[in-house]
Amino acid sequence: MLNAPHKTGLVFFPAFDWAIDPTHPEREERLLYTQDQVREEGVFDVPEIIEYKPEIVTPKDVQRAHFCVPDEQTVTTESHLISAGGAKAIANAVMLNEVKNGFALVRPPGHHSMRVTHGGRGFCHINIEAIMVEYIRSQFGVKRIAVIDTDCHHGDGSDDIFWHDPDVLFISLHQDGRTMYPGTGFPRDLGGPNAKGSNLNIPLPPGTSTEGYLYVIENCVLPVIAAFKPDLVVNSAGQDNHYTDPLTNMNFSAQGYARLTDMLNPDIAVLEGGYAIEGALPYVNLGIILAMAGIDYSGVVEPDYDPERLKQSESITDNIKRTCDQIMTYWGQRYEMREAAGEPGQIITRHREVFYDTDNIFDRQKEKIRVCRDCGGSFEVDSKATPGNHILGVHIPINACKACREQGYEFYDQADITKYQRIYLQDRTKDLYEVKQ
Amino acid sequence: MILGLDVGGTHTDVVFLSEKGVQKHVKVPTQPDNLFKSVLSGFALILEGVDPGRIKRVVISTTLTTNAIIQQTVTPVGMIVSAGPGIDPENFRTGDQYYAVAGSINHRGREIEPVNEIEIQTVGETFKKAGIEYVGVVSKFCVRNPSHEILIERILKDQFKQIFLGHHVSGNLNFPRRIATTYMNAAVYPLHKDFFQAVEQSLEEMGLTVPIQILKADGGTMTLGASMDFPAQTVLSGPAASIIGAIPYAPEGQDAVVLDIGGTTTDIAFLVNKTPLLEPVGIQRGGYKSLIRSLRTLSKGIGGDSALRVNDEGKLTVGPDRVGPAMAFGGSVPTPTDALVVLGLMEAGDQDRARQGIKFIADQLGMAEKEAAEHIFKICCNIILKKTFEMIDTLNAKPVYTVHDFLEGYTFSPDTILLMGGPARFFAKKIQDMYQLETIAVPYASVANAIGAALARTTCEVTVNADTEQGIVTAHEEDFSEPVSKSFSKDDLLEIAYRLLKDKAKNAGAEPDTLNEVEMVEFQEFNIVRNFSPRGKIFRTKIQLKPGLIHGYESMLNPQALDN
Repeated sequence: MLNAPHKTGLVFFPAFDWAIDPTHPEREERLLYTQDQVREEGVFDVPEIIEYKPEIVTPKDVQRAHFCVPDEQTVTTESHLISAGGAKAIANAVMLNEVKNGFALVRPPGHHSMRVTHGGRGFCHINIEAIMVEYIRSQFGVKRIAVIDTDCHHGDGSDDIFWHDPDVLFISLHQDGRTMYPGTGFPRDLGGPNAKGSNLNIPLPPGTSTEGYLYVIENCVLPVIAAFKPDLVVNSAGQDNHYTDPLTNMNFSAQGYARLTDMLNPDIAVLEGGYAIEGALPYVNLGIILAMAGIDYSGVVEPDYDPERLKQSESITDNIKRTCDQIMTYWGQRYEMREAAGEPGQIITRHREVFYDTDNIFDRQKEKIRVCRDCGGSFEVDSKATPGNHILGVHIPINACKACREQGYEFYDQADITKYQRIYLQDRTKDLYEVKQ
Repeated sequence: MILGLDVGGTHTDVVFLSEKGVQKHVKVPTQPDNLFKSVLSGFALILEGVDPGRIKRVVISTTLTTNAIIQQTVTPVGMIVSAGPGIDPENFRTGDQYYAVAGSINHRGREIEPVNEIEIQTVGETFKKAGIEYVGVVSKFCVRNPSHEILIERILKDQFKQIFLGHHVSGNLNFPRRIATTYMNAAVYPLHKDFFQAVEQSLEEMGLTVPIQILKADGGTMTLGASMDFPAQTVLSGPAASIIGAIPYAPEGQDAVVLDIGGTTTDIAFLVNKTPLLEPVGIQRGGYKSLIRSLRTLSKGIGGDSALRVNDEGKLTVGPDRVGPAMAFGGSVPTPTDALVVLGLMEAGDQDRARQGIKFIADQLGMAEKEAAEHIFKICCNIILKKTFEMIDTLNAKPVYTVHDFLEGYTFSPDTILLMGGPARFFAKKIQDMYQLETIAVPYASVANAIGAALARTTCEVTVNADTEQGIVTAHEEDFSEPVSKSFSKDDLLEIAYRLLKDKAKNAGAEPDTLNEVEMVEFQEFNIVRNFSPRGKIFRTKIQLKPGLIHGYESMLNPQALDN
């Protein structure tokens, strides 16, 4: 009989009855072959691998991470709520010490969903990791969390939600935005004025292979995590870096994914993208599960795997090294950058535009944040969607200082009710969410 | 008229049933080292004064294979497994003669790496040298494409007495369990074959010529002939017999729990509208996991003869071991049965010895004798019911894979408890008082296992998969495979599935009037899409002939029977 050295939790929610549309990559069949492989391997019979039923998240869970416009019901379907609930179920199992670590194999994904969400972008409606992270902070009082996004696409939703948060280290490894959706996530994007350096974006050139990925983990991600000293490490485990993925141009492998998981040693992994559903996902997911459970994964190899053919060129290797050096330089300068970003109490304004490719919505945002050295800083975000609503969202961070709490309520109380369809208040210090309309 | 025989650990029970109810029942001691003799003496006794020509059905449940597996007195088997990518098959080794060979099939049933014929011949020679006569062959994903298993069988066919193939065991995916199950079938085959051929011959000599049916772990029967390919399906048929024996008294349209309180253990099982729940994948007890269809049961180490002790913290413990019979019946350690005697619920046995035993416990607990006996009784009910409710929670927490199942998932919630086994009738009232759940002590509780065997209907299941991209519909377990066109539909699939199930059921000896008791266990349909365009569909279904009772014996329920 096969035993694992420690307990690992699994939520497997393939949502076999939900698709964006019948031929969309995000469709029913996506995890079918993974389920076949995992079942045939007898993974659920390993006594230390414990399968959990997903939960369904409540509007309150969603409201900790998002301003859903106009409301949670309109933006989500049950499938989104159960997918996020899968991550929540794993979080509970890990936080209650029922298991050492856990993997939520759920769909639909979530890492392109931003704090303000008007609908679907990049196949995502709500951000399942962010909802889980905020749940963990409120429910279990965990302070410092690292979220490492290894999906091939820039985790722009998570990047946005944790942008101003110095207590969440968010690192995204992704195919260079100049060659790939969503076109963002460059090394200079380091987080808001109060959190510079706590968001790190590591674009990788097309053709990056296992060697390149593991180089970044070893020389960049692991040292940063070691310095950040998180209480919890979360991996947004996208599987679309695979050499057979139809939507991307990378050369990562099942062995590479298992090795990455082994090195990163996340407490919680959450599935994100990955659309080579037949040739890659069954092997990649098996590799990740075995690595998390501490079981030998050396036999998990795609049938057509040929490491020689997938080797990356010297120029790619050099490019990745340069990016890592640059990231490590920024990381070393994070406190100076925060000092230079503004004077405490100053309000800094940022303008940006967000496009929702899945639902074809264009959102124009104007954000104001109070510069603060004591907390993440309260902010307001004015968001005008076309087609859609014009809203204002006010966020007070969970560990907000007194001045920022007051600033948050000032934003909320002084907002011009005639200008917006809705005004939202997300006061994380009190775990409170209010809507004015 | 039908006969049911159940060989248990201590007793062999036989019943003779007519449409009117139990006509006769006998109990003979089981001789663990000579089950054949136990079976024969049971039949000889029940047939005294009965015309064997009137017997239309004979069902036998034995501990033969279970004992052989537990005591490891099975036949050596040579195993050949081909795994391909994934977990190292060395983890699933069944014994010395176990070889992982080249060859690999993927999850869609496509060949990734061919079989190496020379390697197979070499392994075959190794087996021959080791004196192996029985061989098991299992390849990963053989339920999607059994060609490698079939090829290996063809290479080795003339060299061994019998070769067992993994894809015949079950339509379920689970490579490690398939290895274990194929191994077990091969390992108990000669024992099973010799035993039942001897039984069949002896019964013929007694004038019993109807085909013998054998009880399986899923509470259904199969003919002796059908059992020869899958003898391991007979393991743990004993607990299944008891559960089937409770069905006549289960409420229609409701959920019920069955508790079989024995001497050493209590078995817990579940009925939904008179149909027992099955293990989702197959029998599992402790570390032992298989693809053998089985009723969902749990055995808890508590029974009438469990040893009573008081621990260092001054708390009463019950079991999980049995030292011997109750003190009232000549044992040396106090037991729950002694408490029943002290409480005056049970009239048999030596009153003084029982009181002596309970006093020993009472003194340590600082209680009076009666008070201690009452305490013991309550604690026993508590332990059994606590385990039951835990298992119901597990049942209801089972993972789901669709939004629909998540939102509509069935919640098991029993209205009735059916109690079986020796002490059942004493426990019934107590449990009802303590838990406010209707609790029924099943009539003929002491031979309900044999009644269950007698009344069990034939069960079977088929798994059918279609892949219209590859243009094929298959049920490899049944050696079935046909080409299909792109227009193949759900209806086409179900038609094939029902046809295959009926054929299989008839071959296994199903009564024609139970052939409609079919249930769809699983159905899935997926579009196969590549490069954003539809390429075909995948259909999967599993249907079963449900476990339950044969027709014509419903009068077992009549009030007269209940009074017994």
